[in-house]
Amino acid sequence: MSLTANDVKKIAHLARLGIAEQDVEHYAKDLSGVLELMTRMDQLNTDGVTPMAHPLDQIQRLREDAVTEIDQRDHFQTIAPQTEAGLYLVPKVID
Amino acid sequence: MNSQWEAVIGLEIHTQLSTKSKIFSGAATAYGAEPNTQACAVDLGLPGVLPVLNRDAVRKAVTFGLAIDAEIAPHSVFARKNYFYPDLPKGYQISQFELPIVGNGHLDIDVDGETKRIGITRAHLEEDAGKSLHEDFHGLTGIDLNRAGTPLLEIVSEPDMRSAKEAVAYMRKLHELVRYLEICDGNMQEGSFRCDANVSVRPKGQKEFGTRAEIKNINSFKFVEKAINHEIERQIDVIESGNKVVQETRLYDANKDETRSMRSKEEANDYRYFPDPDLLPVLIEESLKNEIRATLPELPDAKKQRFIDQYHLDNESATTLTSSRELADFYETVVKASGGEAKLASNWLTGDVLGALNKAGLEIGACPVSAERLAGLIKRIADNTISGKTAKQVFDKLWNGSDSADEIIEKEGLVQITDTGAIEAIVDKVIAANPVPVEQYRTGKDKALMALVGQIMKETQGKANPGEVNKMLIAKLKN
Repeated sequence: MSLTANDVKKIAHLARLGIAEQDVEHYAKDLSGVLELMTRMDQLNTDGVTPMAHPLDQIQRLREDAVTEIDQRDHFQTIAPQTEAGLYLVPKVID
Repeated sequence: MNSQWEAVIGLEIHTQLSTKSKIFSGAATAYGAEPNTQACAVDLGLPGVLPVLNRDAVRKAVTFGLAIDAEIAPHSVFARKNYFYPDLPKGYQISQFELPIVGNGHLDIDVDGETKRIGITRAHLEEDAGKSLHEDFHGLTGIDLNRAGTPLLEIVSEPDMRSAKEAVAYMRKLHELVRYLEICDGNMQEGSFRCDANVSVRPKGQKEFGTRAEIKNINSFKFVEKAINHEIERQIDVIESGNKVVQETRLYDANKDETRSMRSKEEANDYRYFPDPDLLPVLIEESLKNEIRATLPELPDAKKQRFIDQYHLDNESATTLTSSRELADFYETVVKASGGEAKLASNWLTGDVLGALNKAGLEIGACPVSAERLAGLIKRIADNTISGKTAKQVFDKLWNGSDSADEIIEKEGLVQITDTGAIEAIVDKVIAANPVPVEQYRTGKDKALMALVGQIMKETQGKANPGEVNKMLIAKLKN
């Protein structure tokens, strides 16, 4: 599978990454190389191999359902660019 | 609906699991707190934080799965659903994609006396997002992240419903179930139970599905029915006028009773799911399933059948009485405390009590008349101390005061006159004083009897048994 310049631009947009126009071809070639490797790996016989969801062969530990956090709003909001009435303010978003 | 068309409906229902803390952090989930006072570093997505899964959220999801007879995944995996929105600070929602915790199950619904089985494709755990407030903050948007990280179980049905009515029946049944299981408080005003509907239409007899639209944000039973019916009509109009239905997300506007297209970004559905490397696979052992299975409460369908068998109730009364666990428990307490007056208890609960609660906007849990006090009233109806008519008076006083039924009957002197001699004297007196209706009745005008009964009830201040009075009066007039 090989990526076009347009694919690269779309992926960059979805990930909100700014890339320079002159680098697009370069990225397309590199990323296509990664996908090419995947395609080759895909040809391996994996019959009888359980798909792996995580590289660590361990299971998730669970925590008890208890409230352990205290209110640190004022502390957290010291690093926010703008707040009002306890809310974080961000540029207007309309759905 | 135009009969050439058939609607195909599937629902996605988000239930907020009633845990004390969030799914991946120890922040509180209580509703209505000051903005951002229940949003910790994990919920804010600050760099370096790690999610730790809440045991109770997992248990509640498994509880649901067992109740709908579903497969529970032995290994379940969390995935990142990537999108950018300010109320989702991490830039991804932790959800499940390939290996959801609950697999194939089903729920039976009753519509127009028929039972229909609705398939449930899956139910998966995920975190809720925060809230965006678009009111005026000098042209900016306010973000409250208290809700971010609240545990949700998203329950996805098969496209098995064929009308808005079936969709509502399914939604009600699911609402009833999660409350029975005590995994969700079901509070729709507070957003604890939210519904999105996938709707398409196709010519009757066609196997393939039509193009579907997803209706978001329908948060009451009434609106679900209206929104779906509206959307079905809209799609039929689109097709009949020679156009094509577009796959899109539409928002229901309850004020205008219409759905409208949401300005959807082109890539909105390109979520690029991948397994979350911060979370390991969740193992659900057979022993956990067995332990939870052993603690499952009696489920609504089983309880309804038991009420029909044990208390000889009709289907409709049994359905009403088992519509919530609280109401069913209330009913059984009344039956027990009244010495087994199952029929009277059912009539009173489904009639006067639910009527009064409805009028006052109260739930059964807040009923001013406790099950024991209601049983006190029912006992006095059953043993003929008071007439059914007087009972309504007593009920009003039970509702508005704290006296027991016996105290009210005693204080107000409401005991039914069972002394036949005393009633006979009054009947004789009324016959003597009303020659005109007496003559009318004797010449065949049956209606005249009602006037005489009315007079007698008035004389006895409603304390005579109307049936007895009727019988005695007819006997006397025939002589």
